[in-house]
Amino acid sequence: MTNFPILSLITFLPILGMIVVLLIPKKQELAIKGLTIIITAIQVVLAVVLLLNYNYSLGGINDIKSFQFIEKFRWIEITGFSWIGKIKIDYFLGVDGLSMPMVLLTAIVTFIASISSWTIDKSVKGYFAMFLLLDTGMMGVFVALDFFLFYVFWELMLLPMYFLIGIWGGPRREYAAIKFFLYTLLGSVLILLVMIGLYFSSMETLADGTRVFTFNMLEMMNPANYTAGGILSPLNPNNLRFIAYIGLFIGFAIKIPMFPFHTWLPDAHVEAPTAISVILAGVLLKMGTYGILRVSYPIFPEITKDLTWYIALFGMINIIYGAFCAMAQKDFKKLIAYSSVSHMGYVLLGMAALNTMGISGAILQMFNHGTITAMLFLIVGVIYDRAHIRDLDSFGGLGRQMPVYTGFVTVAFFAAIGLPGLSGFISEALVFLGSFGNDITRVLAVVSTLGILLGAGYMLWTLQRVFLGPLNEKWASLKDMDFREFAMLVPLSAIVIFLGVYPGPMLKLMNSSVNTMVEFIEKAQSFYQSLGSL
Amino acid sequence: MNFTSDLFLIYPEIVLTTALIVVVLFDLIFKKSQSWLPVLSLAGILIAFIFVVLQFGTNLPAFEYSTKNNLLSIDNLSTYFKGIILITSFFVVLFSIFSSEVKSCRDRHGEYYSLLLGMMIGMFFLVSSNDLILIYLSMELLSLSSYVLAGFVKNSIRNSEASLKYVIYGSVSSGIMLFGISLLYGLTGTTNLNEINTILRGATTIDITFILSVFMILAGFGFKISVVPFHFWTPDVYEGAPITITAYLSVASKAAGFAVLIRFIKAVFFSGISQGGYWNLFSYFDWQAVLVLISIVTMTLGNFSALWQDNLKRMLAYSSIAHAGYILLGVSVLSDQGITAVLIYFAIYMFMNLGAFLIVMLLANKIGSENIDDYKGLGYSIPFLGTALAIFLVSLIGLPPTAGFIAKLYLFIALVDAKMIVVAIIALLNTVVSLYYYIRVLKNMYLVEDQTKSIHIELKPLSFITILLLVIPVLLFGIYFTPIVDFAKLSIQILGL
Repeated sequence: MTNFPILSLITFLPILGMIVVLLIPKKQELAIKGLTIIITAIQVVLAVVLLLNYNYSLGGINDIKSFQFIEKFRWIEITGFSWIGKIKIDYFLGVDGLSMPMVLLTAIVTFIASISSWTIDKSVKGYFAMFLLLDTGMMGVFVALDFFLFYVFWELMLLPMYFLIGIWGGPRREYAAIKFFLYTLLGSVLILLVMIGLYFSSMETLADGTRVFTFNMLEMMNPANYTAGGILSPLNPNNLRFIAYIGLFIGFAIKIPMFPFHTWLPDAHVEAPTAISVILAGVLLKMGTYGILRVSYPIFPEITKDLTWYIALFGMINIIYGAFCAMAQKDFKKLIAYSSVSHMGYVLLGMAALNTMGISGAILQMFNHGTITAMLFLIVGVIYDRAHIRDLDSFGGLGRQMPVYTGFVTVAFFAAIGLPGLSGFISEALVFLGSFGNDITRVLAVVSTLGILLGAGYMLWTLQRVFLGPLNEKWASLKDMDFREFAMLVPLSAIVIFLGVYPGPMLKLMNSSVNTMVEFIEKAQSFYQSLGSL
Repeated sequence: MNFTSDLFLIYPEIVLTTALIVVVLFDLIFKKSQSWLPVLSLAGILIAFIFVVLQFGTNLPAFEYSTKNNLLSIDNLSTYFKGIILITSFFVVLFSIFSSEVKSCRDRHGEYYSLLLGMMIGMFFLVSSNDLILIYLSMELLSLSSYVLAGFVKNSIRNSEASLKYVIYGSVSSGIMLFGISLLYGLTGTTNLNEINTILRGATTIDITFILSVFMILAGFGFKISVVPFHFWTPDVYEGAPITITAYLSVASKAAGFAVLIRFIKAVFFSGISQGGYWNLFSYFDWQAVLVLISIVTMTLGNFSALWQDNLKRMLAYSSIAHAGYILLGVSVLSDQGITAVLIYFAIYMFMNLGAFLIVMLLANKIGSENIDDYKGLGYSIPFLGTALAIFLVSLIGLPPTAGFIAKLYLFIALVDAKMIVVAIIALLNTVVSLYYYIRVLKNMYLVEDQTKSIHIELKPLSFITILLLVIPVLLFGIYFTPIVDFAKLSIQILGL
């Protein structure tokens, strides 16, 4: 099993699928749709195979030996530059406890989204080609361990996403698509700049003993690899690490999206077709927080430690501000979009705690938010497909009209609120336990609990307005869910309930990596501090 | 001076001159078979290309009249740019075969192709000349041919307007340049770049007129590469000229301008190399600051002006101004690494820019307009052309996995390594701005629905192959760029230094 390039397969399978889709004649819409579903289903199978072969005891994070399913070979090699020596870039994939839950999440959410895309009837070929390209980009981000490769995958998602929102979206789709594109590109160029800066600051020792500049993220995490002259080197007296950290953080924060960079999200969500909203909320938002955990935290541990209060502060603002905004919405989809802003705040809060509980909670919250919000957007899609409006006030009493649907809605809403027994509770509880356990973030954690209250407020109020009370006669002809919708919501509900009752497997999956990370940041920070005192 | 023994160094130029004569004679004798003219030009270009390839690696002075006192430098830098010029010419001749604008001038094809070859000869001498007089002469040969070509479609008013504007701006700038050359000659007593360098080495004080004369000479180069404040002609000429010529001016003529700029700066001011590969210049004046300032203003102005353009040709004109700004930024690093970035950028810029112009031309042939609003909803009826245009535009933005990203990456690598962080940030923010206008084209093509507009473009096999020849490098070099970087790295060598 070790030599089989399973990560490459899971990443590039969609691209192969895209090529096949492009070769299928335009009229064969069923074949195109079917193929996409099969490909995403194979991805789920591959993700499960990864999970079954996963070694839970290995930590990953900064040590290549404890990464799993590694694929590493030379991609670009240019020798003999007189001024910077050799240029080399590796094709370097691998997973650890941080990326494994994300790979699982991506596979599941993409599979569900491909089923949800079944109703697309405009330029089907183009849609599914873009969808599959997007899939490769997402999967690639979570498995890449070379910064250059990471960045290529990161950018690869932008264009398909632009077209998916812009062509298949709602009435204001052009505005939403370009806003999404400009915001994320602004973030990406900041990441690019820091990437180049890091490249010139860290050197890797090759097998033959020569030292070359490196894009390898694991090598960048090792303080010993920094050269004295590098701009982002802690040894450099006027080093710019703090500024670089802020730049990198903003780059990732736009994707989360963190207040005040969140304004693209409601627009993009409202205009995007259901399946794309599902992907956007389910996977894309996680890339921001994943990027911070994968790149910012271990490469800049000393600054991370200094800034935890601010990260938690922004987490708190996200939680409360997002909740208040959600409460004010009349549009069902916009409400869910703002609830995403609020829920991603918990991830930031948990990350800032910098202890095992907090970070585990953050990663678990990323996974849970992915599944719960996917459900919520599917739920909005179900009602929108039937009624063609999303105005919360115009519904009422749907509970009697669509009982099965209402059942799923209740599960998803209660999971989003954080009701014990459903997955959202576990991750939020861990986040609060973690951030309460850290002296720096304690006060912010206490204030953030207000978010739970507000969350319950807007969710229950929505439930009341749409599903309870007397039935609005206008909607007396609405049918309950069909099999396709059922097939999408059942697996997600199963995951939500399973992880709510028994979160053990997921926590075990990430446990050793989280411990490694916490320990690594602790150690590295004292090391960097000792450099600073010289 | 040994004239005949150095002739072998200018074989490519001789081949092109022969091709020019053959084209003129063929046009005179076989007036009826004009369709052979592009074939003859292509043959000339290919033969010249073979000689250029064989010449790569040669580093010899040609036509020396004393030691280090040569008219031409046949070195890797000039050979690299000759290669770029020939590949561009090859594509432009292919474009001309499909262009309805060129076709509309039935009996003047001989003129067209011979003038193209004239431009090529001018550029060839320009990239390798090591003497101010020769720089001036070859620049004039290039300019005069391009003035005529810009107004080639005589019955089109905007063609004639473009040509006239080009002549006026061009003659002013070349006049300024000539004045600068004469001042420099008066100060140093020589027109040879290497000799000027020798004199600078011995100089104890420097006259203000020296700086003035250099500025005047730079004005001439600035006109060719269309950087602020010498860019005013660019949008009008690019919009008015036949699209084949616009494409040619935006790539080949710019390449020649940059080649001579790099040579001039390095050959005249170079005083040694510092640790890390940076050039030490005779710094009576902060040339680097001037270059950085010009390039930042150029790219910002180009990008922001492009935002408001409705004509796609005009938009691409402003975008090419912006790209000139990025490339000049590479020059302003003043290191071998910066020059490598410039060379990489040019090779990639050639493919993506030519590609964008080709698609615009093919569409304009059909819909008779270059207005972005006329592109609404076109994407669905021309899937292949639309996808190709999308790839070229994405590459011009500089997003991976296209080659445009690699071009930008190496530029920023050079900047960051030179610790020019603020400049790099400004350039990156410019990239974000540029996204808006490039994507606007795609937005009109795909996002705006207009069912009334459904066009059908029958792609001839030749145009299909031409598009593929441009698309494949853009995608391939985006994923595997070792060859292009390797090649550029070898090509930075400038003779005599």
